Amino acid sequence: MELKLNLNGRNVTGHIDPGTLLIDFLRQQGCVSVKRGCETANCGLCTVLMDGRPVLSCSVLAARAEGHRVETLEGLQQEAADFAGFIADQGADQCGFCNPGFVMNTIALLREIPEPTDDQIRAYLAGNLCRCSGYDGQLRGIRAYLDSRKK
Amino acid sequence: MRSIQKYVRAESLEQAYQLNQNRRSRVLGGMLWLKMGRGPLGTVIDLQDLGLDTIEETEEGFSIGAMVTLRQLEQHPGLNAYTRGAMAQAVKDIVGVQFRNLATVGGSLWGRFGFSDVLTQFLAMDTTVELYQGGLVPLEEFACRKPDRDILVRVHVEKTPGVFRYQAMRNQRTDFPVLTCALSRVSGEYRAVIGARPGRAMVLRDREGLLAGGITEDSAKAFARWAAEQIPTQGNLRGSGAYRTHLVKVLTLRGLKELEETGRTDPWN
Ligand SMILES: Cc1cc2nc3c(=O)[nH]c(=O)nc-3n(C[C@H](O)[C@H](O)[C@H](O)COP(=O)(O)OP(=O)(O)OC[C@H]3O[C@@H](n4cnc5c(N)ncnc54)[C@H](O)[C@@H]3O)c2cc1C
Ligand code: FES
Ligand code: FES
Repeated sequence: MELKLNLNGRNVTGHIDPGTLLIDFLRQQGCVSVKRGCETANCGLCTVLMDGRPVLSCSVLAARAEGHRVETLEGLQQEAADFAGFIADQGADQCGFCNPGFVMNTIALLREIPEPTDDQIRAYLAGNLCRCSGYDGQLRGIRAYLDSRKK
Repeated sequence: MRSIQKYVRAESLEQAYQLNQNRRSRVLGGMLWLKMGRGPLGTVIDLQDLGLDTIEETEEGFSIGAMVTLRQLEQHPGLNAYTRGAMAQAVKDIVGVQFRNLATVGGSLWGRFGFSDVLTQFLAMDTTVELYQGGLVPLEEFACRKPDRDILVRVHVEKTPGVFRYQAMRNQRTDFPVLTCALSRVSGEYRAVIGARPGRAMVLRDREGLLAGGITEDSAKAFARWAAEQIPTQGNLRGSGAYRTHLVKVLTLRGLKELEETGRTDPWN
């Protein structure tokens, strides 16, 4: 079947099977920042924005995205660059595998709650699992970024 | 991922219902649970164009479309004002924000999952489900029925004067709950709804009149002890039956005290 959606600001058309997952369609379109972790809706690695809301692309049928707006890290480089350096400075990225999902969900967090408390950050990012870091580095990085904005 | 033969965006409920009569068809909620099952699927039916993704509030109550997400429940000011935040409390630890942006009320109640925080909280309120063929059915009755080939269209919650308190015990944030516990006093009737026993949530009413004189330290303890005797529990990998029974007592007692406190500052509505 044919699929038309808006991907990172561009209208794209593709051919899919009814059971194609959004993650696979996006990767075929060259958005390889979107990665597969658990594939059971638990880890947050495959996070993309659909109509501005963060969702798990491993659990959405590509067909359901017809007519919708999808954003991946490829289209949000500038917004991500603002805070990603602060997270790296805290040594929060170790193997780095979880990073694209964390960055995407942090973008969604900061759009929704521009001045989050630490508890709000923890709650919003609770669905992004990291095997290496223990989460404190990410929290410190986001906090450092928020503090730098106030200066 | 399961193989899917055909994807259809339904143009009407009648079309969705007709398609769903085939044994291999499935209605799509958020697809999060559906995806975990085994075996190929025939036609999957998407309800996204049927306007079932809104929560409508009137003086009398709420009408919640089947495609409303758990995140919408969490953030709806009216629902959370009515439940004193119990609705948000019930869903806030279900995996993560991205998950709750997908998981639907329809799929959550249709599934009648034993572990369901969603079913537990809705049973604490005056909730009716609207089925396309079956019409209006009280949630308590619906929860005991076996799934058939009907379609859940909307969920109705009456704004019966009441107070609510939701708690769940988890071994780890975002994991399935070890026990869920919603307490309410609706139109003067106390309810303790206990789920993740690990069986499906059940509603316990104050049949013995232990709380008839109101919530005091002693009456709350007596009710919590009685609840622990009444609620059947079992063990699974998240906790033993004995641990769950202990949790019934602890969470019921704690919840009742909090209900009493809420009632004092906000006199039972
Ligand atoms: C990894 C994981 C962790 C979870 N953790 C929790 C938790 O901690 N607490 C909790 O409460 N829940 C939890 N859940 C359950 C989750 O919250 C949802 O209840 C569940 O995914 C079903 O909702 P859905 O929208 O994804 O429905 P789907 O998976 O799309 O559908 C579920 C079933 O309902 C049918 N269906 C869907 N909508 C309708 C309708 N309108 N009419 C008729 N039939 C319909 C489908 O055909 C399917 O058979 C978890 C689920 C997963 C996958
Ligand atoms: S790959 Fe999608 S949540 Fe883990
Ligand atoms: S840095 Fe390795 S999984 Fe997060």
